[in-house]
Amino acid sequence: MTASSALAAGGDLADGIARGDRRALARAITHVERDDATGRAVLAALYPRTGRAQSVGVTGSAGVGKSTLVARLAAEQRRRGRSVGIVAVDPSSPFSHGALLGDRIRMQELTSDPGVFLRSMASRGHLGGLAESASGVVDVLDAAGYDVVLVETVGAGQDEVEVASATQTTVLVTSPAAGDEIQSMKAGLMEVAQLLVVNKADLAGADTAVQQLLALLAIAAPRAWDPPVVKAVARSGEGVEELADRIDEHQRHVRDARHADAERRTLVEAQLVTLVTAALSRRALAEARRSGALGSLIDEVVARRRDPRSAAEALLAGIAATAAGDPAED
Amino acid sequence: MTAGAEQERRIRVLIAKPGLDGHDRGAKVVAASLRDAGMEVIYTGIRQTPQMIAEAALQEDVDVIGLSILSGAHLELFPRVVDALSERGIGSDDVLLFCGGIIPRVDWEAVRELGFRGVFGPGTDTREIASFIREQLPTLPARAL
Ligand code: B12
Ligand SMILES: Nc1nc2c(ncn2[C@@H]2O[C@H](COP(=O)(O)OP(=O)(O)OP(=O)(O)O)[C@@H](O)[C@H]2O)c(=O)[nH]1
Ligand SMILES: [Mg+2]
Repeated sequence: MTASSALAAGGDLADGIARGDRRALARAITHVERDDATGRAVLAALYPRTGRAQSVGVTGSAGVGKSTLVARLAAEQRRRGRSVGIVAVDPSSPFSHGALLGDRIRMQELTSDPGVFLRSMASRGHLGGLAESASGVVDVLDAAGYDVVLVETVGAGQDEVEVASATQTTVLVTSPAAGDEIQSMKAGLMEVAQLLVVNKADLAGADTAVQQLLALLAIAAPRAWDPPVVKAVARSGEGVEELADRIDEHQRHVRDARHADAERRTLVEAQLVTLVTAALSRRALAEARRSGALGSLIDEVVARRRDPRSAAEALLAGIAATAAGDPAED
Repeated sequence: MTAGAEQERRIRVLIAKPGLDGHDRGAKVVAASLRDAGMEVIYTGIRQTPQMIAEAALQEDVDVIGLSILSGAHLELFPRVVDALSERGIGSDDVLLFCGGIIPRVDWEAVRELGFRGVFGPGTDTREIASFIREQLPTLPARAL
């Protein structure tokens, strides 16, 4: 596709989205996900219309109940008269690069509601619990007019801090069964969360888990926003109303004139860091694979003639050189 | 486009079970095998209405829709799925439609006329299903790029 036809296609999709055409919305997300020229044109056209939605990321270990909670939260937001866009990210297989995206199963009741748009995404090899393009997909749903955008991350462990770069409010979900996990919880994850949920509060040990979280929060550095801890039973919906209230509170905080600018700068910086990091590594490695430089550097390190750090430096120097003569988008 | 900047294109497939049919082994086997063949597979679980299936196909912008049915109600449900899809502007010329499960041979002609390009019964080797998709997709007249 030529640059101008991609621009036109992106513009058409953006117009379709403005008219409320859901097929155009779905198609636009596909392009953003592929990060192709049409997807970039869509994002460029839509970005000025973003900023209205409250965006909420839901993260936590595998099986803690993220999907169940997101479905409940979406239903609660619908009761409050808000339309909801959902992005559910599942892992891609590192071997086949395929993925089995099963989050719709737990969100059945929502799928016949015209006020809900649910999109499953594969992480496509991106680390950090999110697909690289997730923040772009959030922007598209925001521009499409959804009042709330919920993002469920891959439940892999404790490294899903990146959700903080795609959404304004990050909810970290744990469960009573995760007592040891809370004890060893990484500061990084605690710091990106603006809300902590102890889900499966129907199981024994929920109060202990809450106490452990509060103790951890007490020793964290003081912040402008104190993360509340909410007990919930996603299966029955208990605690979900309170969670929605707390999210609204945090959103008021984020949008409060006294913090709005700083909050937004933090978010945008995190987004740029994520995008640049991913793009740089992809470019450096693609170019080095193509030219054979990667193979020869590996040979040198294997033979211990070079150390890995200087090999990495050499790869980065390689893209700096190609960037200087980078051809225009095709 | 900058070298390697564009993400590799992945085939997106919806595997859905219409109606009250609870036989889900086949659908799960097919979904897992297509994942292992490198595709992104959305599986929506059992008991899907034609509207739910069409809505999932639209929102997920899939390239392929595969219906799995063992209840015998295919001639009743498939036309309704096709209608729900076309109400949303999705036709068998831009999305690859196919199916599997217990579908007697006498019904194959009727199913094909609805726009289903392939029918796969018990004992199908799952590798055959992945190659079918790869062969058929490029031949869709109105496939979006
Ligand atoms: C296991 C089984 C069950 C299990 C199901 C467990 C489960 N969770 O799936 C249980 C015991 C629960 C069950 C219950 C019933 N069953 Co039953 N069951 C079977 C049985 C023996 C095997 C099905 C199976 O799992 N096969 C293994 C999988 C891997 O194969 P598959 O589904 O055929 O899938 C393959 C292909 O068909 C194809 N495929 C399937 N889907 C798709 C989709 C796409 C897109 C593609 C490309 C390919 C594809 O690829 C797969 C891999 O090769 C069949 C008989 C048979 N031989 O098929 C009867 C059968 C399907 N059952 C039957 C019946 C009648 C029932 C009941 C109504 C019985 C009753 N009176 O209670 C209930 C209904 C349950 C319900 N809620 O729907 C009948 C259906 C008759 C009909 N259609 O006219 C069958 C054919 C038995 C018979 N000969 O009478 N059943
Ligand atoms: N007891 C109990 N079980 C729950 C609760 N919420 C969810 N579950 C169960 O926990 C299991 C996992 O739920 P999911 O919502 O799929 O969890 P998830 O975090 O999305 O899982 P992944 O996406 O696979 O990481 C399911 O069996 C749910 O029914 C709860 O409040 N109490
Ligand atoms: Mg989940």
